[in-house]
Amino acid sequence: MMLWITIKVALRSLWANRMRSILAMLGIIIGVGAVIFVLSLVAAAKADMMGRITAMGTNLLVVSPGQRGTGGVMSGTQQNLTADDAEALLAKIPQIRDLAPVVRGNVQAKRLAKNSRTSLMGTTVTYFPIRSFEVEKGRLFNDADCDAMSRVAVIGATTATNLFGTEEPCNQVIKLNSINFRVIGVLKSKGDQGWFNPDDQVLVPYTVAMKQIVGVDHLNEIDIRANNEADLDTIMDRATKLLRKRHHLQEDQDNDFSIRNQAEMLKTADSMNQVLALLAGGIASISLLVGGIGIMNIMLVTVTERTREIGVRKAIGAKNGDILRQFLIEAVVMSGSGGAIGVLSGFVLAAILSRVTSLQASVSLFSVALGLGFSMGVGVFFGFYPASRAARLDPIEALRYE
Amino acid sequence: MIHAQDLVKAYELGGQTVRALDGVSVDIAAGEMIAIRGPSGSGKTTLMNILGCLDRADAGSYTLAGEDVARLSGDRLAEIRNRYIGFVFQTFNLLPRMTALENVELPLLYAGKHREARQAAIKAMETVALTDRMHHQPNQLSGGQRQRVSIARAIVTNPAILLADEPTGALDSRTGTEIMQLFKHLNADGRTIIVVTHDPTVARHCQREIYLRDGRVAQPSATEALQEVAP
Repeated sequence: MMLWITIKVALRSLWANRMRSILAMLGIIIGVGAVIFVLSLVAAAKADMMGRITAMGTNLLVVSPGQRGTGGVMSGTQQNLTADDAEALLAKIPQIRDLAPVVRGNVQAKRLAKNSRTSLMGTTVTYFPIRSFEVEKGRLFNDADCDAMSRVAVIGATTATNLFGTEEPCNQVIKLNSINFRVIGVLKSKGDQGWFNPDDQVLVPYTVAMKQIVGVDHLNEIDIRANNEADLDTIMDRATKLLRKRHHLQEDQDNDFSIRNQAEMLKTADSMNQVLALLAGGIASISLLVGGIGIMNIMLVTVTERTREIGVRKAIGAKNGDILRQFLIEAVVMSGSGGAIGVLSGFVLAAILSRVTSLQASVSLFSVALGLGFSMGVGVFFGFYPASRAARLDPIEALRYE
Repeated sequence: MIHAQDLVKAYELGGQTVRALDGVSVDIAAGEMIAIRGPSGSGKTTLMNILGCLDRADAGSYTLAGEDVARLSGDRLAEIRNRYIGFVFQTFNLLPRMTALENVELPLLYAGKHREARQAAIKAMETVALTDRMHHQPNQLSGGQRQRVSIARAIVTNPAILLADEPTGALDSRTGTEIMQLFKHLNADGRTIIVVTHDPTVARHCQREIYLRDGRVAQPSATEALQEVAP
């Protein structure tokens, strides 16, 4: 009853001083809004990334060269993964369904006056099903193209637009680092993945990429697809043994390569998200701090303005604790209202985000509870000093206050 | 009802000690309607504060309704005020953004009597004949109506004493007279009423007066005496 009437009066006076209340609550509104929004963004990005990684197939293993260096000092990547390694793996381990050697680089792709800096991927035809690429137009290169070192290229959807605009790219000639390649196919768009855009790349037979463009004789990666998920551990085991033998590693030497599976990639993605969430938390706590100071400031003003009221309340029987409670409740009502507005604006931002991007941002109950809980906590914390000042006022002084 | 003996209260004012009360003794019986009168600076406000348990005397004894209240702590005094004393102020001092009825309920809420608050508040509003304005906020009421609400707030806990500080000071003389009539009715119902005023016309409504000058109980001079003032 007392609580209810106090809240009611607090809300009425918030409403009576709308402008001032909004300004005082702004820090809280921004802080809570940011928390809600960023948490939903992180969750959406995570779900999206998980979706994409899972879409690549859960039967995937990626072999990459190890880090070079000794005693914990890393100095670049080893250059010891070869096409022969890839062939040996496929030949010796029956659980491997197929694999694709990968060479990476960057190229200047040119077509007439149009010019585009893009990433180059040298691989075999098996790469496309392993990484779930589908062809939109034309065809993919095949094993014969690899063996014959044909200068043919399959290009991503974005690259196609960059170089050809609306023109038909198939059977046109482009220059990759000044060497003529014939475009034989265009890939279906997969959408930007943040750190890498799979739609903006040029794929050529790995033999051509190694000899004629990048100029290396080692691979950057071998993508392995297992017959089924249960075989992943066996493959990882046997591939490790085989590669160690092929690389002439002694018992006491570490692997000079690494083999990762989906779970590990998901973990990497997750840790990225955690950094994002931490960052958001940092921003939010700073703005909640600033917001709290704003609340404290306005509460001090309120206490001064209402000195007489405090005197009257004490005269008719309010104890110090009653006054303390009243102003604490008012501070919490104010910060809680700010929190509620912040939650609403977080919802709106998340909705806008879902509208304008492919991310499906939704606000979790947890983040709403977190936002409201924190904002009310801020009210209690920063409302305490003004409230205790109000409680300690002398009734006569307060009644006499003009 | 009230038995105060040799009350002393001194203030530091600009390095000088001012004895606002210099040995004042007051006895007020239950059911009296009494005025405390005196020129400004006579100590009547200080006396009212002490009798109203808003303040403590430096020396002297004070028994209110059989309870020695001279040395009580702040929170205990708040309880005493809540239970025994109803305040009526010159400027009404109703709380803004609360309806008249909510204002009247407030002392009972502070007393922890939540359940009977609404009923008792309505009854108090009936006593001051203002039931048709119960749901108005103070700024929608006239001065006289506000003072009635504040009287309703003062009587809602059924206190032993009503303490009114210049209750007609902010009202025109006709409304002031109405308010004094209301006090008389309340007094006729058995309530003890103490009116603090400088105004002889107000004091004349009371059965007797305590006249203060320079912190002591005194006899009013010829020009200050009640009968000297034209009604």
